[in-house]
Amino acid sequence: MRGIRKSFPGVVALDGVSLEVRAGEVHVLLGENGAGKSTLMKILSGALAKDDGEILLGGEPVSIPGPREAHERGIRIIYQELNLVPHLSVAENIALGREPGRLGWVDRRAQDHEARQRLGRLGVEIDPRAPVGELGVARQQMVEVAKALEGEPRIIVMDEPTSALTTTEIHELFATIERLTARGVAVVYISHRMEEVTRIGHRVTVLRDGRHVTTRAISEVTVAELVKLMAGREVTEHFPRRRTPPGEEVLRAEGLSRAGVLHDVSFTLRRGEVLGVAGLMGAGRTELARVLAGADRPDAGRVLVQGRPLAARGPKDAIERGLALLPEDRKTQGLVLGLSVRANVALPSLPRLAKLGVVDEAGESELAQRQTDDLRIRTTGLAQLVGQLSGGNQQKVVLGKWLAADVDVLLMDEPTRGIDVAAKVEIYELMNRLTAQGKAILMISSELPEVLGMSDRILVLARGRVAAELQARGATQEQVLAAALGQAS
Amino acid sequence: MSLASLKRQGRELGTLGGLLALGLLLTALTPHFLTVSNLLNVMEQTSINAVIAVGMTFVILSGGIDLSVGSLVALSGVVMASALHAGAPIPVALLAGLLTGAFCGLVNGSLVTLGRLPPFIATLGMMSVARGAALLFTDGRPVSGFDASFRSLATGRVLLVPVPVLITLAVYAVAHLVLTRTRFGRYVYAIGGNEEASRLSGVPVRFHKTMVYALSGLVSGLAAAVLTARLNSAQPIAGMMYELDAIAATVIGGTSLLGGQGRVSGTLIGALIMGVLRNGLNLLGISSFLQQVVIGLVIVGAVLFDSLLKTGERR
Ligand SMILES: Nc1ncnc2c1ncn2[C@@H]1O[C@H](COP(=O)(O)OP(=O)(O)OP(=O)(O)O)[C@@H](O)[C@H]1O
Ligand SMILES: [Mg+2]
Repeated sequence: MRGIRKSFPGVVALDGVSLEVRAGEVHVLLGENGAGKSTLMKILSGALAKDDGEILLGGEPVSIPGPREAHERGIRIIYQELNLVPHLSVAENIALGREPGRLGWVDRRAQDHEARQRLGRLGVEIDPRAPVGELGVARQQMVEVAKALEGEPRIIVMDEPTSALTTTEIHELFATIERLTARGVAVVYISHRMEEVTRIGHRVTVLRDGRHVTTRAISEVTVAELVKLMAGREVTEHFPRRRTPPGEEVLRAEGLSRAGVLHDVSFTLRRGEVLGVAGLMGAGRTELARVLAGADRPDAGRVLVQGRPLAARGPKDAIERGLALLPEDRKTQGLVLGLSVRANVALPSLPRLAKLGVVDEAGESELAQRQTDDLRIRTTGLAQLVGQLSGGNQQKVVLGKWLAADVDVLLMDEPTRGIDVAAKVEIYELMNRLTAQGKAILMISSELPEVLGMSDRILVLARGRVAAELQARGATQEQVLAAALGQAS
Repeated sequence: MSLASLKRQGRELGTLGGLLALGLLLTALTPHFLTVSNLLNVMEQTSINAVIAVGMTFVILSGGIDLSVGSLVALSGVVMASALHAGAPIPVALLAGLLTGAFCGLVNGSLVTLGRLPPFIATLGMMSVARGAALLFTDGRPVSGFDASFRSLATGRVLLVPVPVLITLAVYAVAHLVLTRTRFGRYVYAIGGNEEASRLSGVPVRFHKTMVYALSGLVSGLAAAVLTARLNSAQPIAGMMYELDAIAATVIGGTSLLGGQGRVSGTLIGALIMGVLRNGLNLLGISSFLQQVVIGLVIVGAVLFDSLLKTGERR
């Protein structure tokens, strides 16, 4: 790709970017949130039209007017945001656009067979007939991967494929990537997880503000250098957890159960504390957060907020008692994509902002401005629609929304998913500030270093039960993993 | 069988159960309901709405809506009737009527896909334009009186079964196969379920969306043929409010107005529920004013039942 340019109203997303990818390599694309990584890849896959520049494939200039043409040229892409049809089955989604069969008829048996095979090769067991919408995010992500492995790919683009996965699936994914590159397939890999970059990448290209910064062999650069190149400034990349002596208890779960997903889960959370929740995919972590937030009802057990039981008739009760949930799927559960940044940030604070039902617009703007500044959310203005922000910036809006609402307990489900390194550190600092103010945080995360680095205590779930409760200080990744796998530690 | 498909079956069995319960109730209330001639009569009367509702189901599955079907019935009917009066052979006249419907549907589809109009607006416009065209074309007068061979489209029987019923069954069989077995059907569901994902998967979204409206227009033309044959007259004011009956049959049958979910078998049951209800209320001698109230309540009740079921799952 040479001299690619792309503007959206109000922003230049790509300003003459070039990228050269070789057969058989894993080419990592790095950059902060909003640097233009996804936009560049959407142009390659025909999802977006470029304003200027050219694309060469095997040395030949090609035109890629749409997704179908890109597919025919051997370009496959796994988008950052899941792109599946919820009511169609797994097999139907995998085959979508390339159904087997003749004369317009779909050969359903061949389709199911193909899906089962491809999922099998990825080492995941998913019923090909199950509707995709009934699967969790991690499984949906694996369906996306299976879908991209169609036919004889030349280039596979993976835009943050691991952000929704846990250790076991990431392992399978990396094995798949190695098999692909051994066959001469080029892989473009986008991620904000630096340990992955050094583990599987061969070469790396850094983008900043829609411009190409550098392309290097991974062996020639250090993580610290890469982070500096991305941010354009020095960033201390670690977990700056400052522990505060915990105060009184704010949240207590007693024997929470929900058929099939949670069994007798109990724990306490005190002011100033960060309780990390670790576990494999399907361990019940998200379910736990949803029950606490009143989004789902437990079959047994109860939740106490500041010693008083929570009448969980719905999220509204939980919010009124100072509980807020940052859901794992921002697109469907965390944001109203068609509303502005301002409206999204202010949404839970409206009761406070409105007088006799009329929203105080100045107050709303002030509130939203403070959050966008604090979190360094990259927008063209408060009026920009959230749907137009880059993935990482959308995640920051979800955070800002609850920070503005001033709650006591934050239930964070994968809070740094898709967030760049510099911004992660900002979010960690923010967690420190919040706990110093006496707020309590329950943090679900699939990134073990993050769980270990940012929590005070760690709750490990396995198959819906509490498998272990550890003090974070002194705990190791192996201990947490062993507990998560259900082995006695 | 997966849990979800069981649930789906359950939903459909529920609708079917509703139809049977309604039938039993009417059998108990009046001796005139459960007779061969009355049941055939019901099916015959239902056939027009049922045929239109097939097209409506496709459109709604794809995430759209078609408000123009009633007007298209009128326009196709008068075109067909005028062709017959001008001496055209029956097949030619039929074709003219069907093509009129399909063409108007194609215009609807193009307005939605190429013109990026919301389906509601595009078909609302067509509803008015087609109605006006039918009135202009006939000067507001009905076109009446046809050969017995044309009228046999409505009056004919094959082994006792009225021709309109056979037409309906054939249309539903084909529609069912198309939706469950063909690429076209798959794309209708995919587009209604997640249009962007479909586009990015290389599905020709615009083409399929356009075709869905053309199909809706086509079956409206077919319904027009049956209606014209039955009344022995094509009226420019025919088909008023038919769009609402078709939408009602579709949603009573369990198709989601949000698109992507539903089946034609449900729509057929939905159309029958509407038909049996009308017939029963007539047999019971209930005033047409009260009939409207009852039918409205049934529509809302059916969908309410559905949505309560869904909330039950989520909780
Ligand atoms: N449809 C759109 N309309 C308007 N602006 C857009 C649109 N899509 C992207 N942008 C803008 O283009 C810029 C680049 O976005 P892009 O999604 O490529 O970032 P990214 O590097 O993938 O970031 P992240 O790491 O957060 O995913 C951002 O400023 C974003 O707000
Ligand atoms: Mg991105």
